[in-house]
Amino acid sequence: MTESFINARPATVLRPPAPPKKWTRGRVVGHLLVGLWIALLIGLLVYLYSAWNPELIAKYGPTYLAGLKTTIGLVGSSILLGALISIPVALGRMSKNRIASSIAYAYVYFFRGTPLIAQVFLFYYGLGSFKPQLEAVGLWTFFREAWYCALLAFALNTAAYQAEILRGAVRSVSLGQWEGAASLGISKFVTFWKVILPQALIVALRPYGNEIILMIKGSAIVALITVYDLMGYTRLAYSRTFDFQAYLWAAIIYLILVEIIRHIWDWLERRITRHLIR
Amino acid sequence: MEGSIALLGFGEGGWGPSIASGVLVTVSLALATLPVGLAIGFFVALGKQSPERSVKLAANMYTTIFRGLPELLTLFVVYFGAQIGIQKLGQLLGYQGTIEINSFIAGMFALGVVFSSYASEVFLSAFRAIPKGQYEGGYAIGLSSGQTMRKVILPQLIRIALPGLANLWMILLKDTALVSAIGLADILRQTGVAARVTKHAFLFFGVACMIYLVLAILSSFVIDAIERSSAKSGVKR
Repeated sequence: MTESFINARPATVLRPPAPPKKWTRGRVVGHLLVGLWIALLIGLLVYLYSAWNPELIAKYGPTYLAGLKTTIGLVGSSILLGALISIPVALGRMSKNRIASSIAYAYVYFFRGTPLIAQVFLFYYGLGSFKPQLEAVGLWTFFREAWYCALLAFALNTAAYQAEILRGAVRSVSLGQWEGAASLGISKFVTFWKVILPQALIVALRPYGNEIILMIKGSAIVALITVYDLMGYTRLAYSRTFDFQAYLWAAIIYLILVEIIRHIWDWLERRITRHLIR
Repeated sequence: MEGSIALLGFGEGGWGPSIASGVLVTVSLALATLPVGLAIGFFVALGKQSPERSVKLAANMYTTIFRGLPELLTLFVVYFGAQIGIQKLGQLLGYQGTIEINSFIAGMFALGVVFSSYASEVFLSAFRAIPKGQYEGGYAIGLSSGQTMRKVILPQLIRIALPGLANLWMILLKDTALVSAIGLADILRQTGVAARVTKHAFLFFGVACMIYLVLAILSSFVIDAIERSSAKSGVKR
């Protein structure tokens, strides 16, 4: 009905044409900057095309793929492991028990206050000093492997960050939600699982996404403790060929990986906040 | 226990002096990066909130690229890339010797770029928190746009952006540990050397972690002081 109403009006409204956009200083600078970016990207493409070496690609391409698999595997498993560890830590942070909360606080403070790379070194090289003791307990086979050390350090590190995310998200749900559920006679566990968590996860979603991206970027440092992830194979390729395109390819792959995660997360956020859009 | 104190001490066979020099390098690198990162971040944020679409696009590309790359990779790309680039430039100009890039400068540049891409987001949200009336008020009393920015907007902007920037400073302090990978003698590198020589890896890397913790605690004191003094100059409600 509205359509016919609109169509009934005369279609010709005489408006003066929009004035031509002026070439202000800002517009000129903007076009120059975009031009610079485009020139850089074209330069990159031209360089990669001119440096295209089928032999090199055939030799190192598969290793990049294997490295990418290692990176994704390492990040995925440490995020999952960290999520498990983060639950007791977050509970400890929120607990009224002085001892539990101060232990959890110290844990979070240590892992968030020191560089990830120092933590990885501490686990990989540092625990090597306790070789006899670890051998006695039978854990040496675990700590001998750089991959496991990296996994442990990453999991503990991300657990500290995830615990804070979880705590903030649970805190953001108002106390009335707990009280409302309690007045309906719902047990605390069910309240947490069915009332609090769904609301908290909406708040936590974006920080979780950021944490995954930070872990992907942070995982590059395992290359320094002889784990061959994407960065590790990149360093290997560069040290053998001294061809700079080794690093450029790695940059492109990392960028694509991060952008994929970012877009998945944007989509997820839109999907689970549908009911909030008015 | 006594052995480890001797190892960490400043006396004969102690690694105290070299670790102290590492602390100095880490702190000076972080302090040198801060103004670079803040300045670039501010201008990128200005670009992002510009009405001109091309400026916005260019600024957004900057953040997308440098927030998406691992810091270590950015560092390597800058370090090795600049080396090759300057070498090529030198050859064009007829210089045949080898040119070495200072790893401090490379680290400063790479960390500054990463810092600025995060800082631009902090500045952008601070810009959005400042009502339009502040600009209009500035223009109404006859200030030019530059003066309005400097005298009206910037003081408020800094106050709003401070907590976010403090976070970024902590991240920057931790990221400086990465420059040990390109050979700069910072805390991690010096303790690493000590660990390799003395075979007390756990002790020395533990000390490195503790030093970073102490630096974080010290800077949180400074940040608190800055926040208190900037809150004082704010609007009293």
